[in-house]
Amino acid sequence: MYNFSYKRPLSLQEAVDILSNNDDAQALAGGQTLLPTLKHRLARPETLLDLQGIEELQGISVEQDTIRIAAMTRHAQVANSAEIQNTLPALSHLAGGIGDPLVRNMGTMGGSLANSDPAADYPAAVLGVAATIHTDRRDIAADDFFLGMFETALEPGELIVSVSYPLPLRAAYIKFPNPASGYVVVGVFIAEFSSGVRVAINGAGPCVFREQNVEAALNTSFSVDAVNEITISHEGFNNDIHATSEYRAHLAKVLIKRVIQKITNN
Amino acid sequence: MKLRLTVNGRKVEKDVEERTLLVQLLREHLDLTGTHVGCDTTQCGCCVVHLNGRSVKSCTVLALQAEGAEVTTIEGLEQDGELHPLQQAFSHHHALQCGYCTPGMIMRGIDILNQHKAPDEATIREELDGNLCRCTGYENIVKAIKSCAGKV
Repeated sequence: MYNFSYKRPLSLQEAVDILSNNDDAQALAGGQTLLPTLKHRLARPETLLDLQGIEELQGISVEQDTIRIAAMTRHAQVANSAEIQNTLPALSHLAGGIGDPLVRNMGTMGGSLANSDPAADYPAAVLGVAATIHTDRRDIAADDFFLGMFETALEPGELIVSVSYPLPLRAAYIKFPNPASGYVVVGVFIAEFSSGVRVAINGAGPCVFREQNVEAALNTSFSVDAVNEITISHEGFNNDIHATSEYRAHLAKVLIKRVIQKITNN
Repeated sequence: MKLRLTVNGRKVEKDVEERTLLVQLLREHLDLTGTHVGCDTTQCGCCVVHLNGRSVKSCTVLALQAEGAEVTTIEGLEQDGELHPLQQAFSHHHALQCGYCTPGMIMRGIDILNQHKAPDEATIREELDGNLCRCTGYENIVKAIKSCAGKV
């Protein structure tokens, strides 16, 4: 990789100040995506800001009916958290399937969401439960956060501080992973709230999205039968060496049914 | 840039380029060549070491990320000239052939046994998801790790 300067700010304010004064500075969270990117010379930041020393970015807390997870929380911590297993097990299950155990010891929620890889897992949970992303300067609703392939609503230099996940009545996540990398080929996260059902699909399109026909059907009847006649269009779906867009549409339908079954069987 | 950390119990101070990976620090600056670079793309796990007690892929960690940390490599496992129980188990169960993945497997194995009192075969195989072996078919690696339940 090209060389860079390295800083380890000790406070959120320090990190935000450096980022706002320096267009070529890049935040470093777990590094499990950024470092491979730098090794391929696909990016050339002048300065890396290691966020591991910032206390405001650490911690998991369960409030009233939400879980708040700070940005530098490692995937392994989410997967192993008794609090999350007891309140939002679909999230700990999702985190436990990211990458591999070694990658999960370093990779972070903030890093994953800021990157918004179409094949990433967390965006499905965030959109699925309508989580709120708290940054250094504002709160962003999940429905407003994911804009496109590797594109989020974050402004340059804006740092994710934590994510609040409302607790649904029921929820589940199933992905069809790439067998080598574990990346999401297609994944489905369904959450049922008293206000209605949310269905988030990742891996299939340029970024995570909600499948509103399926949501409408499940709002009338939460069952596999209710979605049987729905066709998932492959238009705009990713088409690459891992799967064609048609296959992804097929997988989406299969996984939607499996997630419904998983939720109703519990 | 100056870097201070503890490696295998010994304090280390080095001046490194910022882009130095942890695996490079270990292999090239500290002559600890037991940690291997297999793929350099975060897949194979030959580079696994312990960073503050957690097994990580050292090819995907900057040396500077380990500033102030404790790193343990395969060289750090022996106690008073005796092989670590898991190293002995790997030998006894013929859990290596070319040996390239072995240090990573052992470091990861210790982490698995620290987290699971008596893991069954399925659990061990799942927990080794980030460690690839081209020679052994994993059979004896799993046996060796299973045999050390409660011993690490």
